[in-house]
Amino acid sequence: MAFWRRKTHIEEERHVKANAWDYNENFSYADNHIKTSKYNVLTFLPINLFEQFQRVANAYFLLLLILQLIPGISSLSWFTTIVPLVLVLVITAVKDATDDFFRYKSDQQVNNRQSQVLINGSLQNEKWMKIRVGDIIKLENNQFVAADILLLSSSEPYGLCYIETAELDGETNLKVRQALTITSDFGDISKLMDFDGEVICEPPNNKLDKFTGTLHLRDSKHPLDNENLLLRGCVLRNTEWCFGMVIFAGLQTKLMQNCGRTTFKRTSIDKLMNTLVLWIFAFLICMGVVLAIGNTLWESWTGRNFQVFLPWDDFQSSAVFSGFLTFWSYIIILNTVMPISLYVSVEVLRLGHSYFINWDQRMYHSQTNTAAEARTTTLNEELGQVEYVFSDKTGTLTQNIMVFKKCSINGQTYGDVYDEFKQKGEITEKTDCVDFSFNPLYDRGFKFYDGRLVEAIKLEDPAEQDFFRLLALCHTVMPEEKSEGHLVYQAQSPDEGALVTAARNFGFVFRTRTPETITLCELGRAVTYQLLAILDFNNVRKRMSVIVRNPQGQITLYSKGADTIIFDLLDPSSQDLMYTTSEHLNGFAGEGLRTLALAYKDLDEDYFEIWMKKLISASTVIENREDQLAVLYEEIEQGLKLLGATAIEDKLQDGVPETIASLALADIKIWVLTGDKLETAMNIGYSCHMLRDDMNEVFVISGHTLLEVQQQLRSAKEQILGLSRVSSAGDVEKAEMFADGSVYEETIIAEYALVINGHSLAHAMEPQLEHVLLDLACLCKTVICCRVTPMQKAQVVELVKRHKRAVTLAIGDGANDVSMIKTAHIGVGISGQEGMQAVLASDYSFAQFRYLRRLLLVHGRWSYFRMCNFLWYFFYKNFAFTLVHFWYGFFCGFSAQTVYDQWFITLFNIVYTSLPVLAMGLFDQDVSDQNSLHYPSLYKPGQQNLFFNKRQFFLCTLQGVSTSSLLFFIPYAAFSVLVKEDGSYISDQHVFAVTIATSLVIVVTVQIGLDTHYWTVVNHFFVWGSLIVYFAILFAMQSDGMFGIFTSSYPFVGTARNCLSEKSVWLVILLTSVVCVVPGMAVSFLTVELFPTLTDKVRHVQQFRRRQGPQEQSLRRVRRTSSHRSAYAFSHQQGYGELITSGKNMKMSTPSSTGSPGRTPQSSTWIENMLKRKNAVSCVSDESTGAPAKTD
Amino acid sequence: MVKEEKEIANRPDNTAFTQQRLPAWQPMLSAGIVIPGFVLIGLAFIGIGVALFVTSRSITVLEIDYTGIEKDSACFKCSNADVKNCVCNLEFSIDSLFEGPVFFYYGLSNYFQNYRKYAASRDDEQLSGDLDAFTAPSDSCSPYDYNGNDKPIVPCGAIANSMFNDTFVLYRVVNGANKLVPLDGKGIAWWTDYNVKFRNPSVTPLKNAFNNTVKPIFWPKPAYQLDASDPANNGFINQDFLVWMRRAALPDFRKLYRRITDGEYAKGLPAGNYSLTIAYNYPVQSFEGRKKVVFSNVSWMGGKNEFLGIAYLVVGSLCVLMSIVMLIVYAKFKFPEED
Repeated sequence: MAFWRRKTHIEEERHVKANAWDYNENFSYADNHIKTSKYNVLTFLPINLFEQFQRVANAYFLLLLILQLIPGISSLSWFTTIVPLVLVLVITAVKDATDDFFRYKSDQQVNNRQSQVLINGSLQNEKWMKIRVGDIIKLENNQFVAADILLLSSSEPYGLCYIETAELDGETNLKVRQALTITSDFGDISKLMDFDGEVICEPPNNKLDKFTGTLHLRDSKHPLDNENLLLRGCVLRNTEWCFGMVIFAGLQTKLMQNCGRTTFKRTSIDKLMNTLVLWIFAFLICMGVVLAIGNTLWESWTGRNFQVFLPWDDFQSSAVFSGFLTFWSYIIILNTVMPISLYVSVEVLRLGHSYFINWDQRMYHSQTNTAAEARTTTLNEELGQVEYVFSDKTGTLTQNIMVFKKCSINGQTYGDVYDEFKQKGEITEKTDCVDFSFNPLYDRGFKFYDGRLVEAIKLEDPAEQDFFRLLALCHTVMPEEKSEGHLVYQAQSPDEGALVTAARNFGFVFRTRTPETITLCELGRAVTYQLLAILDFNNVRKRMSVIVRNPQGQITLYSKGADTIIFDLLDPSSQDLMYTTSEHLNGFAGEGLRTLALAYKDLDEDYFEIWMKKLISASTVIENREDQLAVLYEEIEQGLKLLGATAIEDKLQDGVPETIASLALADIKIWVLTGDKLETAMNIGYSCHMLRDDMNEVFVISGHTLLEVQQQLRSAKEQILGLSRVSSAGDVEKAEMFADGSVYEETIIAEYALVINGHSLAHAMEPQLEHVLLDLACLCKTVICCRVTPMQKAQVVELVKRHKRAVTLAIGDGANDVSMIKTAHIGVGISGQEGMQAVLASDYSFAQFRYLRRLLLVHGRWSYFRMCNFLWYFFYKNFAFTLVHFWYGFFCGFSAQTVYDQWFITLFNIVYTSLPVLAMGLFDQDVSDQNSLHYPSLYKPGQQNLFFNKRQFFLCTLQGVSTSSLLFFIPYAAFSVLVKEDGSYISDQHVFAVTIATSLVIVVTVQIGLDTHYWTVVNHFFVWGSLIVYFAILFAMQSDGMFGIFTSSYPFVGTARNCLSEKSVWLVILLTSVVCVVPGMAVSFLTVELFPTLTDKVRHVQQFRRRQGPQEQSLRRVRRTSSHRSAYAFSHQQGYGELITSGKNMKMSTPSSTGSPGRTPQSSTWIENMLKRKNAVSCVSDESTGAPAKTD
Repeated sequence: MVKEEKEIANRPDNTAFTQQRLPAWQPMLSAGIVIPGFVLIGLAFIGIGVALFVTSRSITVLEIDYTGIEKDSACFKCSNADVKNCVCNLEFSIDSLFEGPVFFYYGLSNYFQNYRKYAASRDDEQLSGDLDAFTAPSDSCSPYDYNGNDKPIVPCGAIANSMFNDTFVLYRVVNGANKLVPLDGKGIAWWTDYNVKFRNPSVTPLKNAFNNTVKPIFWPKPAYQLDASDPANNGFINQDFLVWMRRAALPDFRKLYRRITDGEYAKGLPAGNYSLTIAYNYPVQSFEGRKKVVFSNVSWMGGKNEFLGIAYLVVGSLCVLMSIVMLIVYAKFKFPEED
């Protein structure tokens, strides 16, 4: 991406002329060819190598290689470094090349999409990449927009067209774009051919919601803004065709300008590793210095005199200079403490872990056919250390599916199931649902379990009938009947859809609407009502009403709204009913249902006429129109008669409360950040059990000024601290701590929750308050932030990230979550739905919130555990391997003589010991996945960084150092007098090397065996295979044949044969191996016995109950009694009432006309796509019965 | 899940591998394994240790330093570097039969055959009989690759140049008369060394191969004249040369000089007085080196090696001790099976 930007000159202003290639050619704008791949066949090698050597580790090894080529200090042949280095470079290069190839292929696929372009007076199919700025292209319904184009005309009236911007911002509702009036009649090709307007506009940028420009057409100027522009990546919906002129193409489109390189996330293990590598480097230097000093002293005491047999080199003038050279020589031979294969092995492990996530069937969602995906392969072990989860609400915790669950009609509740003993029963999958087959138009997806309601309807009980009539009439839903009897509702909010669908199933089928009428099918009879007025919903009114005239001529006002509002408007006659209904509402709210009260009023013809006139005059007023309308609405909505109330379940995603409970047990704090209202958010909080009535206090922060917020935060904090101070003894101490402003979370026993709205949050996030906020939030069990903007979401995450030094995870599904997903250490996107933005920005994606539990508790925990064990072993192994040289230095005149054969040094890390540890790092399981889920506390060590930290590093290096010293000193002591059985000489350098090397390989292999908890076939194969390969290579390298071919490279010829046939050598190897391994075994046994961790206990239990079936956690949804009501069965925006009554969005098309040419079979009307996922409104889809085991 | 399996593209494969359910052996360091394991290892080690210790005790070693630093040493007169072709006699006696076969070693101390530059100072190609390397020795041999007249040195390098050149003749003193004890120098080097690693060039006579080369600076005779008595024992496959070329790992080492296996000495050296005549040529005093001769016999475990026996005994006892500690800990702190 970065390359092309450099090439283009700075563009100040863009001039594009329609149908004028020659003119546009002058500016050399980018064409529509996109290229996200980095390399081509020729540039791959140089660019890739250049990039690889920018990594410190690779550069370091390159430096070593250069050092090795200097004869004066070369203590090792060049191949000991170049072989592993080349291997590492090749593996990385292959990975880069494959990635790039896939990018190339996807580029090709996009570039070769077809599009219709106006060329030489006719429309011709052209590949996307051939489209140029200034071209006029035709788009058809459901096609992707090929470039950023200026909308010229469309099939719809007023040059309107609808687009879905899911790929851009994740929002799945349709947006309207409108062509300029002057161009909106350019419907045929000849007019378009003659069009020679010139657009002068801003240069390419990445602002999706902003565009400024002017169209110059025949001496007139027309301003252009974002409303006239269709951006690349959008999909045309509900519009048969449209024409547009290309303004920005290819890489200069706003979409492409937006896919900047995401910031590279590093895990805490990465950071730790970098620190450790620096430490090791310092340690390496120290060892080099010590040995260099040793060499100087040795040269001046012994070496100087030994010149009889070994004269100094000409250039070696003094002992000090010799020491200086020795320093470099030792840097070369000790470089293996810093293993070249570490980084590449870590990458391989992470890649493997990512694949395990991708492959996990238990994170596959069959309904949406979505498997989990690890989009970033470098963060896996961080999943095992998460402390804070920031979750979006809608679409993440909830399904955004509303289900008509219960209702109260005329003082009678419906919706509960009673068993034969008149006891309220639990609704399960087995409960029989009501049979609606009496109604030919019923919706199969709708499920209701209380048969009494249908009975009442069949008995033609007027209250029940009015109730559902109201639901069928009072809404802004658009019906679509694709074929006879096949009704699809398109509702602006899922709540409305749920209510209308309920009415439909109970025999009041909303069938069609025109601007003036609504046709219902009431219990089989078609009834057409005249729609007189829609008194639309808004946030202040919290209600909506319709006024209709039935065929009998009776005018009725039907109203639905928040219970508190409706109750105030009731006629005194409804007083008694109101009390009963109110009780029912409390019950509904207690179950976490969203409630609405319904009321009606019969209107007098004359009264209505007068009112209507006032309304018409008010709606033409320019000033204060809103207020005047509101007054009028209020006037007529008086003295209502209560019908009842509805209760809608905002359906949680499957398994959400269980997941949250489980994560809470793992000490993961979950914060909900939502753009939703306070009430809805709290409602969901209750249904997820994040808020409970038995909590000591739920603080609601909703101040409007900084001062208010500060006041509220302070008092909340004082209340918490004050309470705990009273409740425990050491209050003096605590008071002091409080004075210090420090927080002692552990001492807070009581449970609190914090709910804060976006407005207050803005104040609370200011520097002087953020600490108070953070302290308070961390004292609370549950934190819910509502009405927050996407930016605030990111700020909250940032706040925690900055001050808590904890790993954060953000999970969300929409474009508004992108910022927090990008900010958090780990971003998770909910996939399988329409918007892709969140998924594209995320590091992991899956279809259901509940999979988070498995991702963290199983995959995260395993990854962290494996990575830590891997690192532990890796550092241990390399210290044990390398430091033998250090000890040997003291006995070879500090001459940087290697102990081992050079081939052994070359192959040790990449052949002899690499695979068993990789197998462990990939497959090891200390406890099974079931137990990981069953004991969430097993997750805690990760949060506390216990498995691998500086202390563990110190311990593993300590073990490495002691192993190396044993590896050296035991053979040392044995070798001083060792001879062969036939008396001949055997204590020579080569035998010494082979003995130590063999012991080393055995020791580290046994050690990996001890560290492996889970021996799969692969582990067995690698562990035993490594030993076999070691001996095979040992003998092969020291065979006559190899010596015959490469005489000078294999000086060890015959050594293995001579020494490994000696009992005494084997006795030394056995002794060394046992002494190196046994103490570690004893220590680990004793630690397990004396200080068993939870892991040890669970492993123990696991051992004894290997055949323990998956256990369902008994976190059934409990009925709670609560008085928190939420009456928001409306979406947040103003309704579509006006569009309906004006008829602007009405298509006069009949079902058959939708099959007209140029339309795809699944042709759609205006908001179909917005509602695709809510398609079967308020229903649990049939497939759910075939879903795999939901949780385990 | 009885439902007909829809072929869904995205569903991950349900294999033991992808689902991380590979059958696996899950060993645990449980008390039932560790404690008996330690006892077993301990007992086995004690057993081996006892065997090694006893065997080692039965091996006789006679070690005599002849550097000549001390004034009363027989070779004191030779320790002065100015004395050329010095010969000294070392008298010693054996109280009881020195059981055979007896091996005769020479030993050097504080001698760094493992010094990196020394170790590298050789040319394996030359030593394997490559005539090209005769005319152009490898750089690694420097400064012993060419002599002052730019003639290549064969064999080149510091190791070859510094070959040990003291020689020994052993006499048994029988009734005041010295009776030569025959020393066997055959096969004292590794078979692989004189058959694979070191080869003479296939030129007959061998001398011709060395045309235009010079002998190492310190050598009195060229390589093809190392053993006048046995023509097959010359050049690079001379046994003494091979033994020397196999560098010691540590600065104190002993190398096999001869075997005493002939005739009446096959059973060993009988008790009595012996005299060792040493041609003292090899200078070690400058770097405080030491020279010694060692007579030793061997067993199944090779030469005398007390360290191994003791180490096995110690480690074995520690294992047993540890197992007792672990048993106590296990009995006292055993955590409950059920959580």
